[in-house]
Amino acid sequence: MTDTLTPAAALASDTEDVARLLDHEGRRVRDERLDPWAADVDAPMLRQVYRDMFLSRRLDAEGVALQRQGHLGLWAPAHGQEAVQVGTAWACHDDDFLFPSYREIGIEVVRGVQPKDFVMVWHGAQHASWNPFDVHVANPQIIIGAQSLHAVGYAMGIQRDGGDQVAVAYFGDGATSQGDVNEAMIFASSYGVPVVFVCSNNQWAISEPVQLQSRTPISHRAPGFGIPSMRVDGNDVLACIAAMRWAADHARSGRGPAYLEAVTYRVGPHTTSDDPTRYRDADEVAHWKARDPLARVESYLRALGAFDDAFAQSLTADADRFTAAMRAAVVGATAPDALRVFDNVYAEPHSGLDEQRARFALYLDGFSDGGTR
Amino acid sequence: MTELTMGKALTAAMRRALADDDKTLVMGEDIGRLGGVFRITDGLQSEFGPRRVVDTPLAESGIVGTAVGLAFRGFRPIVEIQFDGFVYPAFDQIVSQVAKLHYRTQGRVKMPITIRIPWAGGVGAAEHHSESPEAYFVHTAGLRVVAVSNPQDAYTMLRQAIASDDPVVFFEPKRLYHAKGEVDLDADIADAAPLGLARVVREGTDATLVTYGAQVTTALDAALAAEDEGISLEVIDLRSLSPVDYGTVAASVRRTGRVVVTHEASREAGVAAEVIASITEKCFHYLEAPPLRVTGHDIPYPPAKLEQHHLPDLDRILDAVDRVLGRPSGVPEVTA
Repeated sequence: MTDTLTPAAALASDTEDVARLLDHEGRRVRDERLDPWAADVDAPMLRQVYRDMFLSRRLDAEGVALQRQGHLGLWAPAHGQEAVQVGTAWACHDDDFLFPSYREIGIEVVRGVQPKDFVMVWHGAQHASWNPFDVHVANPQIIIGAQSLHAVGYAMGIQRDGGDQVAVAYFGDGATSQGDVNEAMIFASSYGVPVVFVCSNNQWAISEPVQLQSRTPISHRAPGFGIPSMRVDGNDVLACIAAMRWAADHARSGRGPAYLEAVTYRVGPHTTSDDPTRYRDADEVAHWKARDPLARVESYLRALGAFDDAFAQSLTADADRFTAAMRAAVVGATAPDALRVFDNVYAEPHSGLDEQRARFALYLDGFSDGGTR
Repeated sequence: MTELTMGKALTAAMRRALADDDKTLVMGEDIGRLGGVFRITDGLQSEFGPRRVVDTPLAESGIVGTAVGLAFRGFRPIVEIQFDGFVYPAFDQIVSQVAKLHYRTQGRVKMPITIRIPWAGGVGAAEHHSESPEAYFVHTAGLRVVAVSNPQDAYTMLRQAIASDDPVVFFEPKRLYHAKGEVDLDADIADAAPLGLARVVREGTDATLVTYGAQVTTALDAALAAEDEGISLEVIDLRSLSPVDYGTVAASVRRTGRVVVTHEASREAGVAAEVIASITEKCFHYLEAPPLRVTGHDIPYPPAKLEQHHLPDLDRILDAVDRVLGRPSGVPEVTA
């Protein structure tokens, strides 16, 4: 199989043929398509962006630690993907509706999701934590690519309401093989709805390399659907902001969907249950760690004179508070009431389930301590 | 009252919903200018426009998945799946998203989606055009599942399904699309029997026949034939398969002591199995004979020239009635 994949492998995982505004050392470079969209991004704004990236990184590390200490059943690390997540979310309007997969920690940081709401799902207390209508971010989707259709449907609604929002579908390279993602692109294109597809190509779908999903750069697919696309350096937050501004503007101005492939890397395991040493080389990981998205923008800010010790200390202090609140939420959590398993299966009464609930309540009442209630 | 076919009654229900609530829209394949392959959406696009009566690409997961997104935005989509056997590409979106989002989000995201499915056999159709997939959906928590058997219910129950804040899988028996009946188009859906209730469509004393959909007609025919032999059969139209109205069913079985459940769908782990298990739990001491199922065989839907051997007809129902009544059926038992 390796033999037949070799020619395409170079293409689909190529990381040089990407649009960028900061090179690997954090030096500002020119890009004709992206420059106009980054013209007003100044140092104060980039410091705010960096703050969200830093918080994502720390929050992610805390999630891994809480899982290792037994407080979370699982964690899906986002280490290395902060630039695409934070950058694209920063480029959106507050009421643009984002439909993430389970790894988009950065967009949720940007939207102000609370510390406890990052952990209660993985703690096993809830299937979803925050109210999606408060932060305009749907709860993370586990079924690969399913949310892409939800984003398109939402955008069909915007189109009907005459709204000026866009919907954003976030998914990974593995999801591009799913029928739902391809159907979403067809619906979006045929109806010309205001949706942006953001594919975070982090090179790996658990153990499967992107070459198994695509024999061309993923961004090359979109034009075949009639959707303009851009392939951007997903570890360059300035480029991600600019590219997303282009894409969102395209969608918002009634010209239909747009597509971004952000080339990045999943530095950590797929989840805390995964062991990536079984399927990828340490050299590859080292190569990508050297292209860290935080280090890149930090270098740029230092060159601008906008990054000093006081700023670094304030970031650390903020992150300490945030992660302490995450920890407090799960360490102090009490088991939910047993009968909650029946809540919200239906919005309206359902005689069959209502009977099961009543019977189970009576059963629990038979225990001197009310069962586990 | 107006005399309408079931198909026209369904059209009238959608027309009313579209007129009453501008958040309602209809989506599906060929439902626009064509009016649907069964013409159930006939005239709706010209009346309400292509933004509310939406021809979709040929992708069932796409249809249901975008309906989910529209529901996020506050719309009430009515989805037409072109044929029963075409629903499977949408299965993941129905089971993993439509059914579970309200639960997943602790009630914050409602899924008021109606999924209409032209359903079941007896119309001499090609493969994948005559299937009875209802048990898959009954088994899925979070969905309501209903099946209609006459034009009035088609009209009322479709309007109730659209009005429900829960997702409803709505089965329309193709073989009754042209059956006519009196329909009260002005009926207030709040005054009608709730969506989850069964109906006794014929009263009787010797045994209870439980069924739904087009099979209600067959069961009523069987009851009429049994009457000639002095047997009084009660016939119950379940109408709703999730939930099942066990209050109505159990009350009947407690009176008759004998029950036959019949449907077109195949038998294994089907609706009849569940109904009989529940009846046995609730009515065991009232039962005079083991409850029986009369169903399609456990086979893929057969070619049209053979479907009469698959569909449970009047004689197969009466054979089961004989057996629950302890009358000689003429058919020896097959021992396991």
